[in-house]
Amino acid sequence: MAHEATTGTGQPRNKHWLWLLILPWIGVVWVPFYNKIEPVLWGFPYFYWYQLLWVLISAVITAVVYKKTKALPSGRKNGGAR
Amino acid sequence: MMNTTATFVFVLFFVGVTILGFIAAHWRKGDLAQLDEWGLGGRRFGTIVTWFLLGGDLYTAYTFVAVPALVFGAGATGFFALPYTILIYPFAFVVFPKLWSIAKRHGYVTAADFVHARYNSRMLALAVALTGIVATMPYIALQLVGIEVVIGALGFSTQGFVGDLPLIIAFAILAAYTYTSGLRAPAMIAVVKDVLIYVTIIAAMIVIPAQLGGFGHIFSTVPPEKLLLKAPDAASLNGYSAYATLAVGSALALFLYPHSVTAILSSNSGNTIRRNMSLLPAYSLVLGLLALLGYMALASGVKDMPEYAQYFKAYGANFAVPALFLHYFPSWFVGVAFAAIGIGALVPAAIMSIAAANLYTRNVHREFVNTNMTPEQETNVAKLVSLIVKVGAVVFILALPLTYAIQLQLLGGIWIIQTLPALVLGLYTRVLDHRGLLIGWATGIGVGTWMAVSLQLKGSIYPLHLFGYVVPGYAAVWALIANLIVSIVVSVLVRVLGLKRSDDRTRPEDYLDIVEG
Repeated sequence: MAHEATTGTGQPRNKHWLWLLILPWIGVVWVPFYNKIEPVLWGFPYFYWYQLLWVLISAVITAVVYKKTKALPSGRKNGGAR
Repeated sequence: MMNTTATFVFVLFFVGVTILGFIAAHWRKGDLAQLDEWGLGGRRFGTIVTWFLLGGDLYTAYTFVAVPALVFGAGATGFFALPYTILIYPFAFVVFPKLWSIAKRHGYVTAADFVHARYNSRMLALAVALTGIVATMPYIALQLVGIEVVIGALGFSTQGFVGDLPLIIAFAILAAYTYTSGLRAPAMIAVVKDVLIYVTIIAAMIVIPAQLGGFGHIFSTVPPEKLLLKAPDAASLNGYSAYATLAVGSALALFLYPHSVTAILSSNSGNTIRRNMSLLPAYSLVLGLLALLGYMALASGVKDMPEYAQYFKAYGANFAVPALFLHYFPSWFVGVAFAAIGIGALVPAAIMSIAAANLYTRNVHREFVNTNMTPEQETNVAKLVSLIVKVGAVVFILALPLTYAIQLQLLGGIWIIQTLPALVLGLYTRVLDHRGLLIGWATGIGVGTWMAVSLQLKGSIYPLHLFGYVVPGYAAVWALIANLIVSIVVSVLVRVLGLKRSDDRTRPEDYLDIVEG
C-alpha cells in the first residue's frame, strides 16, 4: 500500500480547503471596501466595526479549515517503520 | 507625587512573577543543559501553553502603549495594527507547521538552522541569523519603553541614573530567571500577563466609554480627517496603499522574528500550531479594542489636564493610555493595569533574548567560532548571550530618545522581512539559488535602510513614484519586492551559466506532518 512508506507522517487532507484562508486577505487588504463612515453600528463608524468583524470571521474560517484539513495518521497504528 | 497604592500593587505582581520565573525551572522538568530544553522548553508545549506563550510573545507592551499612542496621534492609519493581526494567522497556518515538522525531525532550534540545511550555505544562514539578532534588539528596547512609561506614570522620575534604576533592576531580575529557567520562565509568566491584560481591557471597555457618553460620542470627538484614511486623488494613492502595505508587511514580518519562531518551535505538534491560529484572534480583538483607547484618550481630554502635562512632555503620545487609566481607574486598579503593561514587556523581552541567544549560538558561534561544541557548552554560550543581549537593550534605550517607540519596531520589520524568501519560499521550493537569495537579501536590506534613512528614520512610509503617480507604502514591502526580483534574476543567471548548485540536506518527506499514530 502506498501509504505504508509514510508511517508516522500525515498529509493534510483536502488541501483545497486552504484556499479559504485567502478570504481575510481580500477582505482587509482592499481598503476601498471599508474606508467609509456609514453605516454606523452602535456608534462605531463602518471602518472600525468592519475590521473588528473580520477578526471574528477570520477566526471562524481558520477553525473550519483546521477541522477540514486536520492531518490524520496515514500509516498503521503501530507504525512498523520505526 | 508617588502613587503609593498603585505602586504597591505593581510591585506585588512584579515580585510574584519573579518567583514564578525561578520556579519555572522545575516545570515539566527537563535537562536544562540541552539547548532544546533551555531554549525551546523541550518542544513540549501543548495548545493552551502555546496560546499563552504566543499571545504573550506577540502582543507586547508595544500593543498596550504604542498602538493606542499611534491612533491617538495619527488616527485611522494607526488602526493598521488590526488588519495586520487579521492577516497573520491564515498565513502562519499554512506556512509554519511545515517549519515545525522539519525542525523537529532534524533538531533545528532556529530558522537559520533550517536555511543552512536547505541551501547548504552557511553564509546565507549567517545572513538570516544576523538579521534576526539585529532586528530583535530594537524590539526588546521597545519593550523597555513600555516599562519606562509605566514607572514614570507611577510617579517616579525616569531622569538621570536614579531614574534609570527601576528599569535596570527589572531587567536584572528578568535576566536572572531567564538564565536559570530558559523558555519555561516566560511561558509560565505569560499566563499571568495575559490574564492581567484581558482583565484590564475588559474593565477599560466597561468603565471608560460609559463615562465618555458611549462610543458614538467618542468617535464624534475625533477630527473627521483622522477618522478615515485619506482617499486617493489624481496625484497619489495616499492613505490606501500606505495602510494596506503596512498591514501586509507587518503581517509577513511577524512570524519571521526569532522570538516568534522560538515560540512556534516550542509547541508539541503542527496541529497545536494550526489550532492556535484560530484561537489567537482572541488577542486581535483585544488589540482592536486597545487601539480604540487612543480615541478615548482624545475624547477624554487627558492631554490638556495639568496633572498629566509633564508626562506628555516627557513621553509624548505614549502616555495617552497610562493617563487614561490614571484618570478613570481607582489607584489599586491602576496598579493592576500597569502591572499588565510591565509584565507584558518582560515576557516578550525574555523570549526575544532567548531567541537571539539561540541564533548566535547555533548559527554564529558553532559555525564560525567553535565548531566542536558539546550540548552543554552550547547551552552555556546561549545563556551568556541572553544576558549580553539584555544589557545591550538597556543601553540602547537609555542612550536613545524616547519618542515614537513604534517606529523602532517598524525599522526592525524592514530588515527581518528580507529573510522571507530564504525561509518561507525555502519551505516550499528549492528553485531559488543560495547566491541569488544572499544577493537579494543584501539588496532588500540596502533598499529598505536607504528608504528609512531618506525619511530621516521618522517614518517608514516611503512614497514610491511610478510613472508620475505617487504610491506611498511601507518601506519593508518595497524592499522585499526588490529582494525578490534580485533573488529570482540571479537564480536564473546561475542556471543559465550552469554554476554548480548547492546540496539540499532535507528530504521532501521531512516537511510532512508528524502524526502520533
